[in-house]
Amino acid sequence: MERILTKFWGDISNLPEAKKIALMYWTVAIVLFGAQLLFGLIAAYQYINPDFLYSVLPFNITRMLHINAMVVWLIMGFIGGIYWLLPDETGHDVVGAKLGRIGFYLLTGAVAIVVLVYLLIQTGKGNFFTMWFINEGREYIEAPRWADWGIVAVMGIIYFNVLATVLKAKKVTGLLGVLLVDLVALAGLYLAGMFFTPNITVDQFWWWWVVHLWVEATWEVLVGVLMGWALMHVLHTPRRIIEGWLYLEVLLVFGTGILGLGHHYYWIGTPEYWLGIGGFFSSLEPLPLVAMIVHAVYDAGVHKLQTVNRPALFFIFLQAFGNFFGAGVWGFMHTLPQINLYSHGTQMAASHGHLAFFGAYVATNLVLMYIALQYIRAPQGPILDSKTWKIAYVGMIVSMVGMVGALLVAGFAQTFFERAVGGATWQDYIVTQMHPWVKIPMYWRLGFGILFFLFYFVLVYDMLTIGKKKATEVEVKPA
Amino acid sequence: MQVGWLEVTVATLFLTLVLGAIWTRGRNWLDPEFWKRYAIIGSSVMFIALIILTFDTLSKTKIGSERVPSPTVINYKIDYKYDPEKGYYRPVIGPEKELLFGKEYTEEEAMALITKGKLVIQSRACMDCHTLLGNGAYYAPDLTKSWLDPKWEKIMVPATQSKTKEEAMVKFLMYPDKYATWTRRMPNLDLDEEEAKAVVAFLKWMATINTNGFPDHFGESKLVKF
Repeated sequence: MERILTKFWGDISNLPEAKKIALMYWTVAIVLFGAQLLFGLIAAYQYINPDFLYSVLPFNITRMLHINAMVVWLIMGFIGGIYWLLPDETGHDVVGAKLGRIGFYLLTGAVAIVVLVYLLIQTGKGNFFTMWFINEGREYIEAPRWADWGIVAVMGIIYFNVLATVLKAKKVTGLLGVLLVDLVALAGLYLAGMFFTPNITVDQFWWWWVVHLWVEATWEVLVGVLMGWALMHVLHTPRRIIEGWLYLEVLLVFGTGILGLGHHYYWIGTPEYWLGIGGFFSSLEPLPLVAMIVHAVYDAGVHKLQTVNRPALFFIFLQAFGNFFGAGVWGFMHTLPQINLYSHGTQMAASHGHLAFFGAYVATNLVLMYIALQYIRAPQGPILDSKTWKIAYVGMIVSMVGMVGALLVAGFAQTFFERAVGGATWQDYIVTQMHPWVKIPMYWRLGFGILFFLFYFVLVYDMLTIGKKKATEVEVKPA
Repeated sequence: MQVGWLEVTVATLFLTLVLGAIWTRGRNWLDPEFWKRYAIIGSSVMFIALIILTFDTLSKTKIGSERVPSPTVINYKIDYKYDPEKGYYRPVIGPEKELLFGKEYTEEEAMALITKGKLVIQSRACMDCHTLLGNGAYYAPDLTKSWLDPKWEKIMVPATQSKTKEEAMVKFLMYPDKYATWTRRMPNLDLDEEEAKAVVAFLKWMATINTNGFPDHFGESKLVKF
């Protein structure tokens, strides 16, 4: 393992154990990022040529792998971030490093087995054996039940690592306090997704507890902690300001996001009051994201963009703006029930999902990884910079915007034709899918998807090379 | 008093504001402690509200409730009609009977059948192509009111040479590749007859759930005429 880490990240011999564990998680995360893109591409191509791998790897499997790889790599990225900042925040190396490593191997091993089962066995008979050992068939959390318990066990190990280290240090910074509370909520919520009921209304009710309260509440707060910590390191923003903002973020994220859960309860059989509650609170969900933009831009302005880590700074901007547009604006577009009645279950949601996950979570992970790269390869500075990260940065943004735009057009067309003019039936669906406004965007999406995949390799190349050259001749100037 | 969305919204915001103001009294608003206390109050108020609403929602969505009917509805004729009082489309159950597979199911049998149906739907990862209640993937049509889809009777019954809608559905589910109506074909997911019948029962039952009018005017299309 050490050899792989040294090859990918650089000389790690002097790193504390916690940071080594972080690098282990991030290495797997970057590989899974590639897997996510690969299966996304296959799925995108199947929209255009439905015969492609039709009997070998049908769309439901490629799509499942696409979204599951995403969930897992983002979580692994966050876990890496937590381990990375732990020694800096507590002044101590992680307590129980050996256990932490075992946790990493358990999680990675479980993911590998689950992926192999998805690929080779795919689906089973309609019984509990399938639920426990093949796949549970609930979007985003399809992983079979045994793996669910494995994930809970690993989360327990990680939580122990963080808590024990904080206790040993006898000091809880505001960042760590929020992190400790948020991790309990995050792990606890996963338990809500681990049972079977024939009642599909109740099933989806609890399923959204996991999916929404992760993505639109606890993950957002976790990202607030990680980005706050990143701002302190990239721009040297004072802790007092970071923590004040973080509390405001928590107030706004939980204040709007918890009852904002109601926007998933419009049409699943739950009572009508969710239309009003969900509509009201989820409309306010962009508020914390506006606050994050103000914070990031203000901080960068105060420091006149002076930084020692240019890629990290720019990915911070991407995070702030991407989160605001992807989660905030794109989410707001179809969150009111009066619109959602027609747009629910169309490519509008795919458009929103792509931009939101990219902006809010992919960018966060890349910020942290670049901070680590600087820490390892250019600790004395003067500055971490390269040409290739800029190519990857611009390229990924352009290709993501392309995919999101294409899906948005398709989603609008579906909303009008299939749902408003049509009667939302099987045949309405087919006729709409064949309409040029849905059909052509699928080609655009594939094209921009291929482009995104290429820039992923540029990104990986940059991560492998940036800062390895002695950068002494580079002068420090505003980015 | 009937508590609706507006009361819940006003009450949670009011409580957050007032309790926060009391707890932060005398503190400067630029002090991080001020926002920490507000964050704790705001999160707690909203989470408690969610717990209360969860209990209420679960009590109103039990199988056999008005919104999520008993599985014995599969013995009845199902329709989907505009309710002028509610302002949205609602499932109409019965009163005339319409047996499924020519058999009248007891409560127990019907429950076993839809339980099996749900297991089959999960085991084949249907949600990663279709949407159910609007949730899932967008590669294939929404199944919320699939039981009421006119295509079964108009096209699939003759295509599969079946006598009834449910017979056509079973044949299609078992051999979707053979009875495809479009280039984007559903793959053969190896359903046996028992599994296919259970899925059909589940779809019929799911169509009776009151989804607050989603999808709007299902089946009344200006786009497609059979």
